[in-house]
Amino acid sequence: MDIATMLELLGKGALVSLEIFFVTMVGSLILGLLLCLVRMSKFVVFRLLAKFYISVMRGTPLMLQLFVVYFGPYYIFNVNISPSYKLMAVFIGFVLNYAAYFAEIYRAGIESIPIGQYEAAKLLGYGRVQTFFYIIMPQVVKRIIPPVTNETITLVKDTSLAFTLAVAEMFTIAKQIAAADRKVTAFVLAGIMYYVFNLLVAGAFAKLEKKLSYYR
Amino acid sequence: MSLLQINHVEKHFGDLEVLKDISLEVEEGQVLAIIGPSGSGKSTLLRCATMLEQADGGEIIYDGLPNAVTATRAQKKEIHKYFGLVFQNFNLFPHRSVLQNVMDAPMRVQKLEKEQAKAAAMELLKKMGLEEKADSYPQQLSGGQQQRVSIARALALQPRILFFDEPTSALDPELTGEILKVIKDLAAEHMTMVIVTHEMNFAKNVADHIIFMDKGVIAVEGTPEQVFDSDNARMREFLGKLEA
Ligand SMILES: Nc1ncnc2c1ncn2[C@@H]1O[C@H](COP(=O)(O)OP(=O)(O)OP(=O)(O)O)[C@@H](O)[C@H]1O
Ligand SMILES: [Mg+2]
Repeated sequence: MDIATMLELLGKGALVSLEIFFVTMVGSLILGLLLCLVRMSKFVVFRLLAKFYISVMRGTPLMLQLFVVYFGPYYIFNVNISPSYKLMAVFIGFVLNYAAYFAEIYRAGIESIPIGQYEAAKLLGYGRVQTFFYIIMPQVVKRIIPPVTNETITLVKDTSLAFTLAVAEMFTIAKQIAAADRKVTAFVLAGIMYYVFNLLVAGAFAKLEKKLSYYR
Repeated sequence: MSLLQINHVEKHFGDLEVLKDISLEVEEGQVLAIIGPSGSGKSTLLRCATMLEQADGGEIIYDGLPNAVTATRAQKKEIHKYFGLVFQNFNLFPHRSVLQNVMDAPMRVQKLEKEQAKAAAMELLKKMGLEEKADSYPQQLSGGQQQRVSIARALALQPRILFFDEPTSALDPELTGEILKVIKDLAAEHMTMVIVTHEMNFAKNVADHIIFMDKGVIAVEGTPEQVFDSDNARMREFLGKLEA
């Protein structure tokens, strides 16, 4: 197979990888924040449930979680699963997994904000929601950029795990080409594309970090 | 007229009784200084009065408002509007400019128009000698300047009483003067203030009334002369230590 055809096929796969990436980022950053709030809630039961969820999601392989999400409906509820559910299962599995990591990152960020910020806000009459969104979160965002960057870079690479459900993302396609071709060219090309994408990710976060460096 | 009445307030942390039966009154236009050894409960008293801590018993009554000790959450929100607090370590919002620090609460909390809030904030910054710093960020300022911003921020909400908890003790000695001058100027304008301080000369000069706290009780109180000339043994010991 010539390089141009290969790149075209890989490119199509890369679009699916990108889709997984963006859906996971948006979904898990939002779900992670909600999870973090539950994790820090004043109700012990909620707190423990969230803590347990996070420890399970972080303590078991993402690949296994993808299988559970994909096959679970059939084995547990006897629902017939259609192949079109595959990509959806990947989205759900990734979001559920990454939310757990982001929840812990948010929590560390929120806990690092000095209590004096809350007290000043309270004295000035800010409500709890106002305090959270106008005073605490902007400072948290700045503080969590480094760990979020790390997770995001991991996510770019993790999207390749979707091959376990035979979703046609870049790695799955690279594997197919390599098997047909009996050469590693496709793997090398895919590797380069993952790498370049991660360079872009790191660059984007560095830019954001710089933008927020106007204060300490 | 008394703006604040504190009656028989108590507070303990675990087994430690930090405030025992504290009663005091703050008159309109009065400057009340609270002095006393470390750990005597001065900050705790201020924190109870400003509802950062929940007192265990007694009454904290701002003029015309319900008892803060037993107030509901909605009532507390009302009571909070009555006073401001200047912290020892400023607690400015680091991600907002000086101007935003001062005008944000009037806009967001009091729902003032932006232009109006900005004009009022600039006026206050000017008064604090900080108009050129309006667009700076807190970390770019000296400690004394930061403390002046935090005073402006508190004043922007037009509190009836302004509390200070050791407003100069996080500052280098050469910077305390500028803060003490600001407080003096406010006193000249008849701002009602309650100031916890370790600056005895300042307390003597600016306060109308001084409370000396010791081990959770008010050991001596009165005019500066009465307090500094008191023959209370703990007071003499406290002053002796400071001179030593
Ligand atoms: N949140 C808290 N939990 C437990 N103990 C506390 C707490 N806050 C204060 N204390 C204790 O209460 C006592 C009084 O503290 P407080 O801070 O009111 O003293 P202070 O008079 O302001 O002292 P300083 O001059 O050092 O600021 C101290 O023994 C202190 O350790
Ligand atoms: Mg104190």
